[in-house]
Amino acid sequence: MYAQLVKSEGSKSRDEMTPEEIAFQDRIDRNEKIEPKEWMPEGYRKTLIRQIGQHAHSEIVGQLPEGNWITRAPTLERKAILLAKVQDEAGHGLYLYCAAETLGVSRDELLEKLHSGNMKYSSIFNYPTLTWADMGAVGWLVDGAAIMNQVPLQRTSYGPYSRAMIRICKEESFHQRQGYDIMMKMCAGTPEQKAMAQDALNRFWYPALMMFGPSDKDSVHSAQSMAWKIKMNTNDELRQKFVDQTVPQAEYLGLTVPDPDLKWNEDKGGYDFSEPDWSEFFAVIAGNGPCNAERLGARVKAWEDGAWFREGLMAHAAKAEDRARAARHAAE
Amino acid sequence: MSSEWPLWEIFIRGQHGLNHRHVGSLHAPDAEMAIRNARDVYTRRNEGVSIWVVRSNDITASSPSEKGPLYDPSNSKVYRHPTFYDIPDEIGHM
Repeated sequence: MYAQLVKSEGSKSRDEMTPEEIAFQDRIDRNEKIEPKEWMPEGYRKTLIRQIGQHAHSEIVGQLPEGNWITRAPTLERKAILLAKVQDEAGHGLYLYCAAETLGVSRDELLEKLHSGNMKYSSIFNYPTLTWADMGAVGWLVDGAAIMNQVPLQRTSYGPYSRAMIRICKEESFHQRQGYDIMMKMCAGTPEQKAMAQDALNRFWYPALMMFGPSDKDSVHSAQSMAWKIKMNTNDELRQKFVDQTVPQAEYLGLTVPDPDLKWNEDKGGYDFSEPDWSEFFAVIAGNGPCNAERLGARVKAWEDGAWFREGLMAHAAKAEDRARAARHAAE
Repeated sequence: MSSEWPLWEIFIRGQHGLNHRHVGSLHAPDAEMAIRNARDVYTRRNEGVSIWVVRSNDITASSPSEKGPLYDPSNSKVYRHPTFYDIPDEIGHM
């Protein structure tokens, strides 16, 4: 998902837990929220920083593929909508960074880890957005997959993370609907436009399936995160839900999901479908996707180019404070 | 020197005459910029009519480990609740 392959801890049985850890697990089992500054196992804190941080980075880096089309949107209305959407992504990143910071990590530390490659962002944002139809596919599929993961995370055990997710989910459905709206327009357009929509679906289908992370049988360390309610569903559960939801939407558009083995399975009440190419997933995560260098390069450049501005505003604030202090002195 | 902007806690009053409510935090160089940033981060959909910003460092919080001793005294004072008093049915709503 927006947080894939988050390193977690091995799970502990009740006999191996300290009394503090048992009391903590009991609180989580009673669905009590854990708040900043309360006692928590070190592993819980570290896993959350990694997961929320990765989630935040994904929101921020996720602005880039769509930012690519702001200047080339087909109408002024589409441009205004896309701008609002990209601005929302920035906002979502900020909510999440703030949630991570309540765990005792600083914003600069998180950014430094992103820029040095020590923290990841979702693999999906390392694919290029080649046509306007990709804006439709990204909203429809990528935001659709994100919603699938984020809705259950509203019930996550860590208070600030849960509250950030609630805000994000409220805003996210606009994103998916605007994407589907673009797809509907394209599919009702000229044959060339419809072909463009089909091409976008072809390219984004498997990368969207990869967003949920590796198959459960290869997904290590899920158990502890699920016990801590940091992860609410397994990767395969969410992927299945996503496919079941999306296939009828593709049919409505008159588009074909690029999977010859896709088939309704009456017994399980869901679709059978092909797994994505996991070697591609691991290559993209490792930094070898089509756009990894470009995306990270853009982030680092923005950070470095903005340094003078951040420092300038701090200097201005310090001066203004000095002047105010001097004025107070003079008045006394 | 670290040029990280200080952290501010953001409180917003919703439309309906409610109290200001904590909505989250953000970084800004000074109070004026904190309000501008809060407008963009927390009220993109008309969520408020008034914003307060407070430096996070200026907030003193009760300690989570004192939860017991701090609130215990109110537990024994059930007579503070209206349900403590039996009012005859004939009296009607009171």
